[in-house]
Amino acid sequence: MTSAINTLRVQLGGNLRENGMMLALLAIVFFFLVVVRAVQDVDFLSAQNITNLFLQNSYVIIMALGMLLVIVAGHIDLSVGSVAAFTGAVAGTLTVYAGWPVYAVIPTVLVVGALIGAAQGYWIAFWRIPSFIVTLAGMLVFRGLTLWLLAGQNIGPFPRAFQSLSTGFIPDIFGVDRPNVTALVIVVLAIAGLVWRSLKSRNQDIAFGMEVGSSAMFWLRNCLIAVALLFVGWKLASFRGLPNVLIVMSVLIAAYSFFTNQTTTGRRIYAVGGNEKAARLSGIKTERLVFLTFVNMGVLASLAGMIVTARLNSATPKAGVGFELDVIAAVFIGGASMSGGSGKVVGVVVGALIMGIMNNGMSIMGIGIDYQQVIKGLVLLLAVIFDVYNKNKQG
Amino acid sequence: MTALLEMRGIGKSFPGVRALNRVDLRVEKGEIHAICGENGAGKSTLMKVLSGVYPHGSYEGEIAYDGRTMAFRGIRDSEAEGIIIIHQELALVPLLSIAENIFLGNEVATRGVINWPLAFQRTEALLRKVGLSEAPTTPVEKLGVGKQQLVEIAKALAKDVKLLILDEPTAALQENDSQKLLDLLLELKAHGVTAIIISHKLNEIRRIADRVTVLRDGSTVSTLAREDVSEERIIRDMVGRDMAHRYPERTPQIGKVLMEVRGWNVGHADQPRQMIRDAGFSVRRGEIVGIAGLMGSGRTELAMSLFGRSYGRYLSGEATIDGKPADLSSVSRAIEAGLAYVTEDRKVLGLILDEPITSNISLANLAGVASGWVLGKGRENKVAEEYRRALNIRTPGVHQRVVNLSGGNQQKVVLSKWLFTDPQVLILDEPTRGIDVGAKYEIYAIMNELAAQGRGIVMISSEMPELLGMCDRIYVMNEGRIIGELSREEASQERIMGLIIRDGNVNREHAA
Repeated sequence: MTSAINTLRVQLGGNLRENGMMLALLAIVFFFLVVVRAVQDVDFLSAQNITNLFLQNSYVIIMALGMLLVIVAGHIDLSVGSVAAFTGAVAGTLTVYAGWPVYAVIPTVLVVGALIGAAQGYWIAFWRIPSFIVTLAGMLVFRGLTLWLLAGQNIGPFPRAFQSLSTGFIPDIFGVDRPNVTALVIVVLAIAGLVWRSLKSRNQDIAFGMEVGSSAMFWLRNCLIAVALLFVGWKLASFRGLPNVLIVMSVLIAAYSFFTNQTTTGRRIYAVGGNEKAARLSGIKTERLVFLTFVNMGVLASLAGMIVTARLNSATPKAGVGFELDVIAAVFIGGASMSGGSGKVVGVVVGALIMGIMNNGMSIMGIGIDYQQVIKGLVLLLAVIFDVYNKNKQG
Repeated sequence: MTALLEMRGIGKSFPGVRALNRVDLRVEKGEIHAICGENGAGKSTLMKVLSGVYPHGSYEGEIAYDGRTMAFRGIRDSEAEGIIIIHQELALVPLLSIAENIFLGNEVATRGVINWPLAFQRTEALLRKVGLSEAPTTPVEKLGVGKQQLVEIAKALAKDVKLLILDEPTAALQENDSQKLLDLLLELKAHGVTAIIISHKLNEIRRIADRVTVLRDGSTVSTLAREDVSEERIIRDMVGRDMAHRYPERTPQIGKVLMEVRGWNVGHADQPRQMIRDAGFSVRRGEIVGIAGLMGSGRTELAMSLFGRSYGRYLSGEATIDGKPADLSSVSRAIEAGLAYVTEDRKVLGLILDEPITSNISLANLAGVASGWVLGKGRENKVAEEYRRALNIRTPGVHQRVVNLSGGNQQKVVLSKWLFTDPQVLILDEPTRGIDVGAKYEIYAIMNELAAQGRGIVMISSEMPELLGMCDRIYVMNEGRIIGELSREEASQERIMGLIIRDGNVNREHAA
């Protein structure tokens, strides 16, 4: 068993975790593809369902990016669901009751999110109140404020411009529309960019004498990713094109990936989570960084809140219930460590997709919400057990 | 003599590492047997094999104990045979009382109900044996490290110990606590307890050990009887080569005053007590200055309060570097002013253990490997590679996680981190604590090299021979004050201790 795992580790290019996750994702997709067809005679990978998958899961991924930073810094944020609901309610009030235009509402709500993050981060960072407590309080406070602001009612409908935040699509500038040529061009460019970057970083690793997997494995992995993205891109293009929210999400993923890997601030956040005392004695302003990760989380939660509101086309007191659990689960399935200091953007995205695809697939199969919860819980547990097992083997 | 323990041909592998190769160890009944070896020689692994932490079947070779072949499946099995191991990191629960700790997992109970009066009675008897007079209800966290160590031994005695294993028992102890502990071991020996002691400290080995086994690279090199034990011999066996001098040669070239501290007063972080009183000292270019003192004399507190006010409450005092007032009000400003502080506790305060060497070295000077906000990983690697070569950090590569390095190599990584900030003055707090003889020599050589470059070095150390061997001048601290200054020629162990003891007497008279 051990030697089999070791061989596998070498085969997977010294990057068991990441590649293993992608394989798991692939396996889950394949499973649903077969089972959903057999059981319901539905195409799981139809253009419509792929579009749905992104619309349903974008906000989880967006919040998971912020949650990754919070968890890497050694903290947790339980309030994101309530904050998303509250900021959605603020957006609803401003748009529907006050009649603000969308270009004024979006930045205002983002600032509200930042202020909420700052309010919580202040106690956590500068007063050293445990984040679990502060954000648990925040979870209750902002849920209550949502109910109060909405007076228990739903607010809607929203103008088209606001709805397009979630349900809009990028129009085809080439005018072909079926398939959407713009979508195809963007996807192909994105793939080229991805392959170029991973090739560059691989060459860099080789130049530094780091252990890298075989080049066959590298190209196999990149080809698989490229084929998968092309397939998704083609499906989307032949339906309604790229959803706006997919673009927002992709840009954020790229930005956070860059931020965590390539910037001094990103590196410092990892240092704070890895060993706060050592980081402080190295001249890093640890309190300020923790504070900023919560401000950032608040901004992303408010963005997610607006996307959810736009998707439902109403601000509702029930929005975002349980989001924090999906988001936190995605981060841990993605391989972040509970004690802080480690975790990657790629892992988080794949983790969120695994959760999202399972939600979607099981719903189509008609599995009850009871079993769904059990299965999701077990997947989270398994993923973390796999991590711990692996770590013990290495240590 | 009969052997109590015989370990024959012990081998143990971890993925990618052969930790033990072929170790033979024979311990006679009733002796104190010392095991020495550099960090990574396999001492701790060997003891884990013996105590069943690594169960039978996960290692090669055989263990004969009391004439029988043993196959321990876990710690419980070995404890049932009277083999008790006391680890370097003590395994006491801080908030529980002494009595609760001593009988933890081994409670004086009938059918799950603890008989407290009997437990306290037994605890008192055990405490007397180890020379402690504390009440059995005292929480362990209220005791100093030295007394905690004694509680550990009492705990071992409660389990009817036949073979007591101590992993570097005096590493965290002050001189007089160490002496007490060693005396206790001799006394236990008189009562028939056999002991294995892992230690780096050659003077204590000579004092209490009957025989010494030296390990190197996972193999037994030699077993010496007390008469054959000499420092030179043990060092040679440990490092596999002769070591002509303990401290590298150096011709000091001392320039003008580089850093000066005057009237430095610091209060306790959250109590009204004052911890540092009116401290003042100076370092010249090219000079190595020592700060001697007992544990708790305020040396670390002084250093950390200077370094960006990382300790306590700043009350008053000023510092100059190169004649100009230095702004030391935050760590980043202190770094900018040209100060670096290499902590005594590298695992807790110095390193991010799960991160590779590269990012540990760049941590205090990320701007040095970045263009603006963007990290240059190529530059980061180059820097790490340069320090790996310059300081001879032994590692398969600079992407190795620091947790996998030995103590000496970890210390070199911490040093590299601070050298990369290009400091004028380095404060080194116990720079050779917990590292082996060979690596110590290398650290000394690095210090000399830094001084030769015209930097100022302040060395805090509890090992007086090291201070006497390395420093051009030595300040002596006691109870938060600097009580004396000795030149290289004046300094001796006796004089330093004399200053401290006389100072203590004076203070007591004042108080009276």
